[in-house]
Amino acid sequence: MLIQRLSLGLLTLFVVSVIIFLAVSMLPGDAAQAMLGQAATEETVEALRKRMGLDQPPYIRYFTWLGGILQGDFGTSIANGREISELLGGRFVNTIHLAVFAAVISVPLALILGLLAALYRNSIYDRSVNVVTLSSISTPEFFVAYILILLVSVKLGWFPSLANVSPDTPFAERLYKTFLPAMTLTLVVVAHMMRMTRAAIINLLASPYIEMAALKGINRRRIITHHALPNAWAPIVNVIVLNLAYLIVGVVVVEVVFVYPGLGQLLVDSVQRRDLPVVQACCLIFAATYVLLNLIADILSILTNPRLLHPK
Amino acid sequence: MNVKNNGVLLEMEGLMIEGFSDEQWHQIVKGVDITLSRGEILGLIGESGAGKSTIGIAAMGYAKPGCRINGGSIRFDGMELTTMPESRRRKLRGSRIAYVAQSAAASFNPAHKLIDQFSEMVIEHGKGTRDQAYADAKDLYGRIKLPDPDRIGFRYPHQVSGGQLQRAMTAMALSCRPDLIIFDEPTTALDVTTQIEVLVTIRDIVEQFNTAAIYITHDLAVVAQMADRIKVLRFGETVEDADTRRMLSDPQKDYTKSLWAVRSFRKEEVAPPPEPTPLMKVENVTATYARGLVPVLRGVDFEVHRGHTVAVVGESGSGKSTAARVITGLLPPQQGRVYFDGKELPRDYHRRTKDQLRQAQMIYQMPDTAVNPRHRIRDIVGRPLSFYLGMTGDAKERRLRELMEMIELDPDLFLDRLPGELSGGQKQRICIARALAAEPSFIICDEVTSALDQLVAEGILRLLDHLQQDLNLAYMFITHDLATVRAIADEVIVMLQGEIVEQGPKEEIFNPPHHEYTELLLSSVPEMDPDWMDRVVAERREKGGMQSAGN
Repeated sequence: MLIQRLSLGLLTLFVVSVIIFLAVSMLPGDAAQAMLGQAATEETVEALRKRMGLDQPPYIRYFTWLGGILQGDFGTSIANGREISELLGGRFVNTIHLAVFAAVISVPLALILGLLAALYRNSIYDRSVNVVTLSSISTPEFFVAYILILLVSVKLGWFPSLANVSPDTPFAERLYKTFLPAMTLTLVVVAHMMRMTRAAIINLLASPYIEMAALKGINRRRIITHHALPNAWAPIVNVIVLNLAYLIVGVVVVEVVFVYPGLGQLLVDSVQRRDLPVVQACCLIFAATYVLLNLIADILSILTNPRLLHPK
Repeated sequence: MNVKNNGVLLEMEGLMIEGFSDEQWHQIVKGVDITLSRGEILGLIGESGAGKSTIGIAAMGYAKPGCRINGGSIRFDGMELTTMPESRRRKLRGSRIAYVAQSAAASFNPAHKLIDQFSEMVIEHGKGTRDQAYADAKDLYGRIKLPDPDRIGFRYPHQVSGGQLQRAMTAMALSCRPDLIIFDEPTTALDVTTQIEVLVTIRDIVEQFNTAAIYITHDLAVVAQMADRIKVLRFGETVEDADTRRMLSDPQKDYTKSLWAVRSFRKEEVAPPPEPTPLMKVENVTATYARGLVPVLRGVDFEVHRGHTVAVVGESGSGKSTAARVITGLLPPQQGRVYFDGKELPRDYHRRTKDQLRQAQMIYQMPDTAVNPRHRIRDIVGRPLSFYLGMTGDAKERRLRELMEMIELDPDLFLDRLPGELSGGQKQRICIARALAAEPSFIICDEVTSALDQLVAEGILRLLDHLQQDLNLAYMFITHDLATVRAIADEVIVMLQGEIVEQGPKEEIFNPPHHEYTELLLSSVPEMDPDWMDRVVAERREKGGMQSAGN
């Protein structure tokens, strides 16, 4: 079962790499032209194209690219000639830092809020949490970001509005500087996870074994944490992982707003500069993250299912 | 534990319970009185909708979600449960009044070990430590004769068989040594051979601990073995209440008499002599699940003739439904062939022609799940008409009305309804009409009456018999209920662990000498005589212990 999932994941990655390559090749404009500017002559552009291998047919360029990646070589940036893997390294660490920071706050918060909402279903608490989370879901994240900047940074002056970190920024300062982007991401993802936790548990509350627990005289809190939650993991884990993937892949806007040197920012910059090899590499990393996290979700669902964990 | 062994334990007076559905409150229980002494077993009996489960859990001061107790009093050991704060009622549940549910498989939490679910109650009610609870659980598991009592508790519910689970649940109910246990149809989901073992366990244990019990069931023969006193309920009201022996020998009310007389139907007409070519012939079929890892059928051979009813009996897991899946092509057999009217059928239903598919239809156990709740009856029954026979317009409408009349439902009233507006018996009739719409010559009936009340089931059996006479249909009737087999079968096939152990005309199977397993099966069917269980147990002890086919 695991091997099947794994090979399906690899297949997905392969298909995604083809799609990324095709999509990027279809972008208007020409890297050689872009590098040399409008003033360049036909001949110089043609020569550069040849040097960069852009005159080769697409499938050859695709396999050259793929072969390079398999050996850890993402190629070189067109814009500044640096190794892409070197360029990505620091950025990737930054993106992961932000994602982990947001996840450490949002996942426990969502679980606790969801559990409490299920426990006190239809109470004032439940309704107000629902209203708040629904509004934060439906507000665009850049808007949430600007509101936070306005309140916390400009009015109160507690946290900086720019998350300009460098590789040698100390960890504590890093946390301080990335607090606002992490909060923004938390607000965006918490609602989804919390609502799913609530729904999964409430759904289970109709099961005969929950009624049995009530008839055993078990109190409501224990019924929810001990009898419902262990059986609700599969759907909850799926939503959590989906949101973690979003924390890594979906940060583009947030990184741009806070001028944070992560992968998303790099992607946006590279698109503007027509630095196609970098765009391709970023997209592939995002796709790989997504596939990997979903694989983890599948494995966790299996591990939390007693039927699969303890076979007959 | 309790000093006084007699005296009133539970007293319900004028109990009223209402339930909320379709945007309004409906009275479910309409003023029922129950008095139960310590150590006494009261049987609550009635058809579905009589309110017996609702009354049973009301004895714990509990109402299911969507229901509420809206009148009367419930006094348990001198305490009034209806006015008591919920936190105090909760402390009584499990510790002094325990509950045993109908489906142990669904009522044990799949995420925890049996023994932890046992000790949870002890610990939560402050009756002992985990270690004490573990030791007690092992002792009780031994007393109720679970295999390997020291270790079985460390299994998860799905790792234990249905009968064992039901006994483990009885043990769990005893964990705090309650004064009263509510048994809510504890053996309904079990095979007969397992049922008798669980019944013996329950009765022994209740006697040993002098526990009072309310035993809820729709099976009269079962309640006759278990209860000191029987209360008959209908539509949330008491019909009759009397000592078990008097109730059985001398029922007063017409409704009680009708319940007692339910098993009266017998197929009268003799089946036509078999034609030279059997309609359906299964030849040396072997089938497996899980890519050949789990053998479920081994060398199965049988024939079904036009106009005949072949009953296939056996416990769950005996392969009777798998045989149906092989015939319909849902499960291609590993070896062997299936012939229809002398011609071999392709193994896989994908490769069968529309006409081959049309000839063999199925009716299922649960009419609720066998029809799409969003389709109107017209569409449900009309689909095979257009799919197999290409009917449209007036011809289809005429045929629809004919079919509705065949199943004795008024087409004007029912054709445009949704399944949710029909009763269980009516839904099963719709399933029969859908099968008939394809104009088949062979119908597989898979436990078609086991989800229905006895009176309703009786009506379905009569209808099927009547249709067989009119249309010369052949039935393969899968059931675990031997009373049904006696009523409708021409020939009987007894299956055990994927093999046929005995087959032949009904009279031969039901009259001695029997195959050893057939004997066990027949002797496990409860009879209305209150002494039946003692007699069977004594007989089996003489022969050397209780045998169980499943183990």
